[in-house]
Amino acid sequence: MNVPRFPGRLLWEQLRGAFSPAVIPVDLSQIATEENTMKDTDIRRLLYAHLLCIFSVILSTFIPSLFLEDFSVLETHLTWLCICSVSVTAVNLVFYLVVKPNPPSRRSSLSHKVGRFLKCCIYFLMSCFCFHVIFVLYGAPLIELALETFLFAVILSTFTTVPCLCLLGPNIKAWLRVFSRNGVTSIWENSLQITTISSFVGSWLGAFPIPLDWERPWQVWPISCTLGATFGYVAGLAVSPLWIYWNRKQLTYKNN
Amino acid sequence: MRLGAGTFAACCVAIEVLGVAIFLRGFFPAPVRSSSTTEHRAESPAPEPSAGASSNWTKLPPPLFGKVVIMLIDALRDDFVFGSKGVKFMPYVTYLVERGASHSFVAEAKPPTVTMPRIKALMTGSIPGFVDVIRNLNSPVLLEDNVLRQAKAAGKRVIFYGDETWVKLFPKHFVEYDGTTSFFVSDYTEVDNNVTRHLEKVLKREDWDLLILHYLGLDHIGHLSGPNSPLIGQKLSEMDGVLMKIHMALLSKEKEALLPSLLVLCGDHGMSETGSHGASSTEEVNTALVLISSAFERKPVGDRRHPKRVQQTDLAATLAIGLGLPIPRNNVGRLLFPVVEGKPVREQLRFLHLNTVQLSKLLQGNVPLYEKDPGFEQFKMSERLHGNWIKRYLEENSSEVLLNLGSKVLRQYLDALQTLSLSLSRQVVQYDMYSMAVGATLVLEVLALLLLSIPKALSPAAELDVPLSSPLFSLLFYLTILVLSAIHVVVCTSTESTCYFCSMPWLAAGGAMLLMSALLCAIVSALTKTVVSAKRVGKNPAPPSVRWSELDLLILLGTMGHILSLGASSFIEEEHQTWYFLVSTLCLALCQEVCRNHFLGSDGDPQCGLREEPGPEGAMLTMQDGAEGCAALEEDRTRAAASAFERLGSMEQRMVLASPWAVLCCCRLLRALNQTGVQGAHRPDLGHWLTSSDHKAALSVLAALSLLAVFLLVQRRCSPMSKVALALGLLGVYCYRAAIGNVMSPWQRGNNDISKGIVEARFVYVFVFGILFTGTKDLLRSQVAAIAIKARTVGLWEIYSGLVLLAALLLRPHNLPVLVSSLLVQTLMAKFVWKPLNHGVAEVTVMHYWFGQAFFYFQGNSNNIATVDVSAGFVGLERYVEVPAVFLTAFATYVGPVLWASHLVNYLSSESSSHSALRHACFCYALICSIPVSAYIILVTSLRYHLFIWSVFSPKLLYEGMHLFVTAAICVFFTAMDQTRLTKP
Repeated sequence: MNVPRFPGRLLWEQLRGAFSPAVIPVDLSQIATEENTMKDTDIRRLLYAHLLCIFSVILSTFIPSLFLEDFSVLETHLTWLCICSVSVTAVNLVFYLVVKPNPPSRRSSLSHKVGRFLKCCIYFLMSCFCFHVIFVLYGAPLIELALETFLFAVILSTFTTVPCLCLLGPNIKAWLRVFSRNGVTSIWENSLQITTISSFVGSWLGAFPIPLDWERPWQVWPISCTLGATFGYVAGLAVSPLWIYWNRKQLTYKNN
Repeated sequence: MRLGAGTFAACCVAIEVLGVAIFLRGFFPAPVRSSSTTEHRAESPAPEPSAGASSNWTKLPPPLFGKVVIMLIDALRDDFVFGSKGVKFMPYVTYLVERGASHSFVAEAKPPTVTMPRIKALMTGSIPGFVDVIRNLNSPVLLEDNVLRQAKAAGKRVIFYGDETWVKLFPKHFVEYDGTTSFFVSDYTEVDNNVTRHLEKVLKREDWDLLILHYLGLDHIGHLSGPNSPLIGQKLSEMDGVLMKIHMALLSKEKEALLPSLLVLCGDHGMSETGSHGASSTEEVNTALVLISSAFERKPVGDRRHPKRVQQTDLAATLAIGLGLPIPRNNVGRLLFPVVEGKPVREQLRFLHLNTVQLSKLLQGNVPLYEKDPGFEQFKMSERLHGNWIKRYLEENSSEVLLNLGSKVLRQYLDALQTLSLSLSRQVVQYDMYSMAVGATLVLEVLALLLLSIPKALSPAAELDVPLSSPLFSLLFYLTILVLSAIHVVVCTSTESTCYFCSMPWLAAGGAMLLMSALLCAIVSALTKTVVSAKRVGKNPAPPSVRWSELDLLILLGTMGHILSLGASSFIEEEHQTWYFLVSTLCLALCQEVCRNHFLGSDGDPQCGLREEPGPEGAMLTMQDGAEGCAALEEDRTRAAASAFERLGSMEQRMVLASPWAVLCCCRLLRALNQTGVQGAHRPDLGHWLTSSDHKAALSVLAALSLLAVFLLVQRRCSPMSKVALALGLLGVYCYRAAIGNVMSPWQRGNNDISKGIVEARFVYVFVFGILFTGTKDLLRSQVAAIAIKARTVGLWEIYSGLVLLAALLLRPHNLPVLVSSLLVQTLMAKFVWKPLNHGVAEVTVMHYWFGQAFFYFQGNSNNIATVDVSAGFVGLERYVEVPAVFLTAFATYVGPVLWASHLVNYLSSESSSHSALRHACFCYALICSIPVSAYIILVTSLRYHLFIWSVFSPKLLYEGMHLFVTAAICVFFTAMDQTRLTKP
């Protein structure tokens, strides 16, 4: 019997074809099998790590209210910013120490480690100041609300610079490589790219409601931007494992 | 017909201007005005008509009421007084309405049902149109003839308590006032207590004639919780109490006074079911109006008639007559007849006659064929009857006949009044939807045509086939014309309100319809062509996909975001923020691009090597991005940019890296110069600091330095002659500013007198014309002589510098840094960003447009009419001369976009190698400007009953229209430049 094909289905397939990356004609099944298992475990680890990060962000909004009186994200925003920043940094550090996603460097003397750590701290501070300057150039008030602006810079650095430092170390060349097109060499770097970009985009979008005259408490500078950055970061964390999993067949990294 | 893309775009924008003009005309109906609006000389009142016998009553009739109290309750809907709520919560008013000596009406307010226009309507009796706002350049003072002005002129003492809007509208009319701000909507008790607290004292005093109270609380409650909130009841009871107090006080006073007093209870607009107002639903339009006076007859018990429907504007005429004042000149309302019913017939007729004469005068001023108007005919007829009646009255005929005849004349007058008032108010009340639709259709068709021709216009040849002959013979064309003219006939014959498009001569309207159908045919043919070519391409195995760089993505998203933001009133008020944000982001994106080119390009990085290997892995990498061919193309550009980069010296490389940051810093400084918009307007800014008289020295130094910087930045590519002219011109600018006292003059210390600086300004104008003339001469020479390119570049640059000189003259001294930074940013971007990075023509054009917009706002402009610097129109002129004043003001306002566009011409014609660059640029410029306009026209049409349509959306519409006009001029300039290149041997 000739069943006429449902036209919508055809369209759907075309759409899927359009959105999913091009199918690779080369038969990779043999190489793929062992690589895939390795990749799957990596993706799983990535997922757990990201869930942990998301969890830390969520906890930082709820736990402090148990200890601090009248704590709320909007009213005591600066406190929340500090707590969130510290907790995300802590989770990232712990995660870096436990999992070690990138191979440890050969020279691992204590002095080298300390130097490296100090360098990381300096980089972090520099990124905070850089962000602060950029916010001011974007129109943030120069003198008043300086602390708020700086804490926004801190939290954005936490979402972007800290993971970079953990993963790539204080190595500008590597950063530039990861954030240039096609420069990604592992799942970790790929997810790093996604979360960083989504944090930036989130804080960029977060500035949009500021001119609206709704007079809501979250429209005050920099609350909407910090919230935007946080949502962007969380969204990036949630999306990147899924995206990588979805496209795992197409992703091959030259160094793996 | 083959057209260059530039010419095509220019034609399109010209048609769009036409469309926008028709749309604007429909959107802002011309207001009803008496011809002598500006002069307020006291006209002698119309004498009583009399046939033959001379009547001695030529003066104005005496006032009917001694004291008048107007109690205006914001958002007093009719059912709050006459409905069940009124019965429940306002027992005293209900008693007065049912039994007392009062007349009650349902007064209909015209949209926009917002407080300010409604107050104007109540006091002038006219229906304020938006065009008034433009005429007064948003001066908040009400300049029209109104009851309060007349009262003041007649020596009446007016006291006001309540909404601040009144104080702004009538700044010197009150002998005593206390304004409360309606800013804090959540407060609904304090605002009213602030009014009521004065009552006790004022009601005891004798030294006033007119007391106006404006209560805001009810409106605030409506905004907060809607018309069904329990708070409404409380508020109504409170108001009832206040009214009772006033009425009692008036009654007790009346015993010793000669004349009775009048108490008016009214609302300015209604309240919708959600509690807001602004639109034209019945709940918002119907307001209560109760007139209470002991002069009126008490109603018999049980006489519960439904209140009569009247117009809100009728109150002005009634008040004027009640106070014995001339009726405001532009009044379209008619006397509320019940008020004078108790008077002798002769007086009644006199009042009606005054009102009718005023209305018919207004009609004469506004309708060319007024003699054929039925109202006017009725008026003539009743005037004749009136005359006869007076004659008989003076001859003292029997009273029976007189009475009968009198009532006949009365009826005649009332009919005439009604007809006149209707035909006058019909002219302003409605949006002229037909004209709006015609205008919008034209604009949208042009936009569609532009969008459809993108691929052709941006092809290397930059030429378009515009099929003009084929549509002339196509069936579609004739059918459309037929349909359109049928619609035209139907609409124009059936419509009740006047319509601008119908009143146009037939030839013009026919031309517009011809244009519409031709455009439609062009769109259809372009569409079929696109579909056919798409099909043809679809058969090919490798459809080319376009690879977007981050910059392109940003440009696209930014344009779309800006268009979406136009739908929100706050974003329109704060549009400068949008542009600042976009420009900052643009700078960061450029910075990223520069960094990538610098670090990855000069490293000889592994990635580049990898991409060249055609191995499976490399292929896979590119797979991720899309088709290989396109990626290669993109790579080519990047590599070309990178290699261009390497050719630069290290110093220049550093400059390239730094210039986006420098531009960012520049923009940030300019932001601090002028705070604009609504939320930030009150914040302190550098501009105010500089213009305050304490810092004149600083301003002088800044202005001098800025002028010097302008000279340094502009002179480098001018011919020696114009260099000298420029220097002298800039010196003249400083002299002009010193002469009018803006800056300190170094050579006239003691001399403090301030002149108008006519001589200095004209001195500068001479140089402006000189430079422009030299530039044009060079351009013309470039067409004949062999040294074409060089002369051309110099000529263009001279025109540019002439414009800069004019801008330096017109901009206020504290804005000179804006000019300098504009030049600086242009130089930096051209030299260190666009050239080394090899940006495409489209990208460069859009960036110019964005910067032009940002500089428009940096200069202190906003989407509010009030920020237009009108003083620029008087530079070098003895008195107001319309044409140059309008041109100068427009130029001074749009300095940013104009300078950036002319820089774009300069940049492209000197740097770009492609011969079609100018055409591409012109096309892109036209497109990027017409997209927001078209989107905005649709938005405004759909938001025409929005609460802020008059305060926010309409001014923006005017700005958009003006901007489109400027764009059309720019596009014509582009095309002209392009033509000079074409004809070059």
